[in-house]
Amino acid sequence: MDARSKLIDLAAFLDRVQRADQTADFRVQALKNAIALLSLDQPTRAKEVLLSFSDPSVEPIEKATMQGAIGAYRV
Amino acid sequence: MNYIEPHGHMVSRTTDDYERMALAGCQAICEPAFWAGFDRASADGFYDYFRQITEYEPKRAARFGIKHFSWLCINPKEAEDTKLAEEVIGLIPQFIDKPGVLGIGEIGLNKNSRNELRIFEQHVQLAQDYDQLVLIHTPHLEDKLKGTKLIVDALKSFPKIKPERVIIDHVEEHTIDHVLDQGFWAGITLYPESKCTPNRAIDMLEHRHAERIWMNSACDWGISDPLAVPKTMQAMRQRGWTPEMIQRVSYENPVAFMGQSGKFNL
Repeated sequence: MDARSKLIDLAAFLDRVQRADQTADFRVQALKNAIALLSLDQPTRAKEVLLSFSDPSVEPIEKATMQGAIGAYRV
Repeated sequence: MNYIEPHGHMVSRTTDDYERMALAGCQAICEPAFWAGFDRASADGFYDYFRQITEYEPKRAARFGIKHFSWLCINPKEAEDTKLAEEVIGLIPQFIDKPGVLGIGEIGLNKNSRNELRIFEQHVQLAQDYDQLVLIHTPHLEDKLKGTKLIVDALKSFPKIKPERVIIDHVEEHTIDHVLDQGFWAGITLYPESKCTPNRAIDMLEHRHAERIWMNSACDWGISDPLAVPKTMQAMRQRGWTPEMIQRVSYENPVAFMGQSGKFNL
């Protein structure tokens, strides 16, 4: 029931975003990419979802211009 | 069942929270230095903060029979101002011999910048010079993977820093293997939103057989739960964990890691 509830909540969130015409937001795109990973056939879905949201670069940035995080890497 | 809260920012919590934690079986709370939710204007602010967590909070905890320990540093969110950070690092040696100070922490990275990395390395050098344990914060959300890798790589430049004397906190499914496979301890943080739920934490603990892992609430001024550890212990019972297995993660593992300091006496 818990997983079902969370899935329906996520579906409703995507409906709400679409009605607000915000589907082009990079965070929504990242969310949709992550949702596709739920169909993987290995028990590593949580890891793969987290990897999909992650900054793949390896070098430190020159300077921190903000202190918070957004939740998804902006490609 | 008794447990240890190995990572709690009690300066942000009420005295009622101490009482609730004591009632839930908490025997000790360990408080890493952290960001206050705003940037402090000078090193003097950190001097007072270090006095608060090394002198005042132990007395507040003692009223409820809880031992209180602390870790010292300037956190990575304030490390972009390297002049301030270096002044604060200069304050640490005068506090390091206090009876409840366990080591240097929670140091680490936030946005993975060059200045953050520079200040992180200065803290590690301090830990090496004073033979201290190290508690490391890993970045949030999309920055965690990169930051964890940068931290592990940087630690390899300090040959006298032994991995078994370093805990890398806030691991999740995409970073835990990298941390444990390099010989470090790992911390799992139980947050209602941004980090880890009880069931995810238990999944990771089962996957890694609870080796060199502790779990904590990291309760602070944000959305967080000072009873997250005992609630996760209850979830472990519901999933069929034996009392011995629960005790290992919630009590014996923190004792094993922090006992290396020589000051963690319960």
